[in-house]
Amino acid sequence: MRERRGFSGFLFDRFLPVGTVVLVIIMIWYAFTVILNAPFERDQAARAGTEITTGQLIEKTLAQERPVLPAPHQVAEEIWKTTALKKITSKRSLFYHGWITLSSTVLGFVMGTALGILLAVLIVQSAVLDKSLMPWIITSQTVPILAVAPMIIVVLNAIGISGLLPKALISAYLSFFPVAVGMVKGLRSPDPMHLDLMRTYNASNAQVFWKLRWPAAVPFLFTSMKVAVAISLVGAIVGELPTGAVAGLGARLLTGSYYGQTIQIWSALISAAVLAALLVFLVDLASRVVQRRMGMVH
Amino acid sequence: MNGALVIGAVVFWIAAWLVNSWLARLRPESQTVGRLINLAIPALFGVTLIVLWEGATRGFNIPSVLLPAPSMIWDRITASLDILWADFYQTFMKAVLAGYVLGCGFGFATAVIVDRVPFLRKGLLPIGNLVAALPVIGIAPIMVMWFGFDWPSKAAVVVVMTFFPMLVNTVAGLSASGAMERDLMRTYASDYWQTLFKLRLPAAMPFIFNALKINSTLALIGAIVAEFFGTPIVGMGFRISTEVGRMNIDMVWAEIFVAALAGSLSYGLLALLERAVTFWHPSYRR
Repeated sequence: MRERRGFSGFLFDRFLPVGTVVLVIIMIWYAFTVILNAPFERDQAARAGTEITTGQLIEKTLAQERPVLPAPHQVAEEIWKTTALKKITSKRSLFYHGWITLSSTVLGFVMGTALGILLAVLIVQSAVLDKSLMPWIITSQTVPILAVAPMIIVVLNAIGISGLLPKALISAYLSFFPVAVGMVKGLRSPDPMHLDLMRTYNASNAQVFWKLRWPAAVPFLFTSMKVAVAISLVGAIVGELPTGAVAGLGARLLTGSYYGQTIQIWSALISAAVLAALLVFLVDLASRVVQRRMGMVH
Repeated sequence: MNGALVIGAVVFWIAAWLVNSWLARLRPESQTVGRLINLAIPALFGVTLIVLWEGATRGFNIPSVLLPAPSMIWDRITASLDILWADFYQTFMKAVLAGYVLGCGFGFATAVIVDRVPFLRKGLLPIGNLVAALPVIGIAPIMVMWFGFDWPSKAAVVVVMTFFPMLVNTVAGLSASGAMERDLMRTYASDYWQTLFKLRLPAAMPFIFNALKINSTLALIGAIVAEFFGTPIVGMGFRISTEVGRMNIDMVWAEIFVAALAGSLSYGLLALLERAVTFWHPSYRR
């Protein structure tokens, strides 16, 4: 296949295919909205003793107050109402809830990344730690930590730690793993030739680390940070569930499910998705800027 | 505070550390001894962690509501095997297994179709990559609303969670076979299906197993978290959330132990299977 470049490349290899798939997904969504919401409307019509035409049926299924599946435009309307039309400080503003989730995500992400880097450095520097710690780091990920999140929150609450930190700890636990594994790989990535060259320069261990190993690990660091930031958002959202649903996107999910407010659930879900995409995009942007300044990409 | 216990634990820690650094320096002649040493070092490290944990909780008299000692948790496990088994059966055997098989199966089938149609690949892959990074767990309340409180709703969450990693990895794997090898298949006059089954799927196996391993942890998390949103009165997620409320933290740790055991065993099983299927891969050849 011929490689397309520039604008037409973007148009034919990106925009058209992705646009088509998105369009198809929205169409399927609308179809399912009608199908899933129809039984309720038919039931209503039967109780009222009236006949209902197909046109009326479709119209009504797309405008229910508590639909089984809300239509895309209902979700969009709800998001518009709870972002643009509410004050940011209002408890019904999605910006307010998003900010709470975002702050514990970022705190957890920073802690997790720092811990991951520290562990990786220790593992690369010490053979004992490499052999004793690495298998347990891998085992630690088979523990479904998200399932234990409620306990961590409640227990920390009992000893007086509440608010941001417990949620951030869960995010940190989730995000340290990809960073640790990626960084171990990255710190070991320098060519044996380069390591030999450093030896011929009579470089000390610290010099080898700062001038060779660390720069070589930077691309690995950013790749694993992209994974880490996405799962630390998941950690923050799940961490909000057991706190009695006070605030945050996870709380919106929980209250939505308690009161059958499907539109609220979907709008929280979509905003979480947008937040995740935004965070991954920001990390990607940072990686491009840093690597360009380091002269690693041109 | 019981100083002797704390000091004992710390002494054990230091001793284990010295033994481990001695073991790590050994350069044994035979391979079996080397492999045994590589098993012994992390095992000793794990035992040290448990001894430190036991020593700290008993030595400093940490209330069992905060952190129960390992011996207490073990007592609880042996005392309530029937409850643990019922929860495990409900969550793992029903929801996780059904969802895992369906999700991985759908993901795989979709990947094969997507791979055949370049337009779909260009359109679906960016979206698949995006969704694989999203907090998919958030659909749990919706699924509970649609499929009811029992295990089908949990299985549905697991299906959605496992679908996208499988899709993305399989599509990547299907393009892993080299152009030379595909040309060779053409000179053999093999059709699409022969190339798929004899060349491209075997070449994709490392990627597929990667997805299977990621999914094994995701599936367990998905099923347990989905139970927080509504469940019949059995299941690991249900037990964790109610026993936390009743401050029976040792029971929660018992469930965590079961979950970790199930997670590690499925991971290990997949790793063994991978070794058997991808015996040709450079990382297993010696």
